[in-house]
Amino acid sequence: MPNFTRPKSLVDVPNHYCPGCTHGIIHRIIAEVIDEMGIDGQTIGVCPVGCSVLAYNYFSCDMIQASHGRSPAVATGVKRAKPDRFVFTYQGDGDLAAIGTAEIIHAAARGENITAIFVNNTTYGMTGGQMAPTTLPGQKTQTTPFGRNTAVEGFPIRVCELMSQLDGVALAERVAVIDPKTIMGAKKAIRKAFEIQKNKQGFSIVEILSNCPTNWGMTPLESLERIKTEMMPYYPLGVYKEGSIR
Amino acid sequence: MERSLMKGNEALAEAAIRAGCKCYFGYPITPQNEIGAYMSNTLPKLGGVFVQAESEIGAINMIYGCAATGTRCMTSSSSPGMSLKTEGISYLVGADLPCVIVNIQRGGPGLGSIQPSQADYWQTTRALGHGDMRMPVFAPYSVQEMVDMTSKAFDIAEEFRTPVMVLADGLLGQMMEPVSFPDSGTTGSSSPTWATDGHDNKRKKNIVNSLFLEPIELENVIKERFDRYEKIKEKHCEAAYENTEDADIIIAAYGSTARITQTAAEMARAEGIKVGTFRPITVYPFPEKQLQAACKNAKKVLVVEMSMGQMVDDVKLALDCKIPVEFYGRSGGFVPGPQEVLEKIRGMM
Repeated sequence: MPNFTRPKSLVDVPNHYCPGCTHGIIHRIIAEVIDEMGIDGQTIGVCPVGCSVLAYNYFSCDMIQASHGRSPAVATGVKRAKPDRFVFTYQGDGDLAAIGTAEIIHAAARGENITAIFVNNTTYGMTGGQMAPTTLPGQKTQTTPFGRNTAVEGFPIRVCELMSQLDGVALAERVAVIDPKTIMGAKKAIRKAFEIQKNKQGFSIVEILSNCPTNWGMTPLESLERIKTEMMPYYPLGVYKEGSIR
Repeated sequence: MERSLMKGNEALAEAAIRAGCKCYFGYPITPQNEIGAYMSNTLPKLGGVFVQAESEIGAINMIYGCAATGTRCMTSSSSPGMSLKTEGISYLVGADLPCVIVNIQRGGPGLGSIQPSQADYWQTTRALGHGDMRMPVFAPYSVQEMVDMTSKAFDIAEEFRTPVMVLADGLLGQMMEPVSFPDSGTTGSSSPTWATDGHDNKRKKNIVNSLFLEPIELENVIKERFDRYEKIKEKHCEAAYENTEDADIIIAAYGSTARITQTAAEMARAEGIKVGTFRPITVYPFPEKQLQAACKNAKKVLVVEMSMGQMVDDVKLALDCKIPVEFYGRSGGFVPGPQEVLEKIRGMM
């Protein structure tokens, strides 16, 4: 039996995430991939505003904190200056699919050799649970207290489906982290994305269906169940685009 | 020193490359498009990077990422574009990242015009982003100075870990003048100790960050940064002044307006009116001591700008209201003529 230990690429400090939040799992599988590929010293992570803004304290590689939504542009700047380094962004749904829509679409369209880790939990966690671009129809949030009314608030954005239409994208895959099986699948997708970056094959994005027990007003277990019963039907898991752009 | 006839914008771009600028990120906007065009044609051939960003916001954030790796980089824009860049500029300041930002001013507010203007003085010297912040600003008045100051801007940016602005206008950007380039510029250090360019397991990890949740931490960071501004003030505050010793009237103007006021001053002297000229070369830090020295015998000061009057505030502050300060300006894209300025001078007698 191998010992269950902390990945070397995760710094041994307490994190600020709420109990039951899946950010911890996602951080861990990213760190495991970095460890397995032996690229900690060659990696630069970019974390913009949102719950994961403090992730610069948690990963052991060089880290950049970016403004809200702009990390794909920041990562572009890093990668163009240092094309042989690994560069990943770690973005939430408000960050990537609302305020940062232009940045993510155009980084993808340019085929930037970077990897976006997209954590979709259908809400703005850090600011107290407002409606996000991925908030499901009918979902109650701080700013949709009666549930998201699509006649007024419009419809959620399916990011992987959108990304799959862009020629610069080498990987668009949606995964989840609700049980050991999906977590292993998520890790595999992240590894694939990093390999694509290593081989300079184009832009890669891994969307991870995630939870927010605090702002959903649920226990951790209830929140994982909601991912399965409510999110997965609207956001089906799977590979939406795969293959080198070059 | 080679000498060529070049447009201001192109000369500035060439100067940046010679100063070791490796990456340029920008977005099209008139009247500065020659900078991006020049960079796209030249930088990649030299192994550098040109990216036309999706927006001004994209461009300034690419600068943020590129600067974080310790690579010399530059972006340029014009007034409306500069407003879009301000968020990114605030983050660049907050994370102490060196870079050069060029504003070839046009008329505003809003879409304004594409004619020359100096209406971004307040924005540039007071409010280039949210938060307690400043940044050094050079204001060239000739194509030659666009070259010299761009080169200097890179060095100062790196020495003090701050974005540095070159503030010109559409007139300087578009006009052609003979210009000399330095044979070789400085190129900066290849990998500064603070850069997030991958630690290779040879050093501790670096973090580029502007978030400080503890008040004492943020206050200390800001105080340290303002100490740096003081050092910049001591070392790099520049101005030029002429014929001020016996002058009754000092005309203060910066950038291309300073060329017009120079002519107006000569015309006034020919009429027997004792006029001297004062020209800030850095508008932040504002050359207060130099202005005080230039005005020590003056009875009146006239500030001339291509705006409704913005730098005039700094002149009044520097002179502490000890000498009457008058203003003449044109807005909307008009460049004031020497005759107009001369008439204003006559009226002050």
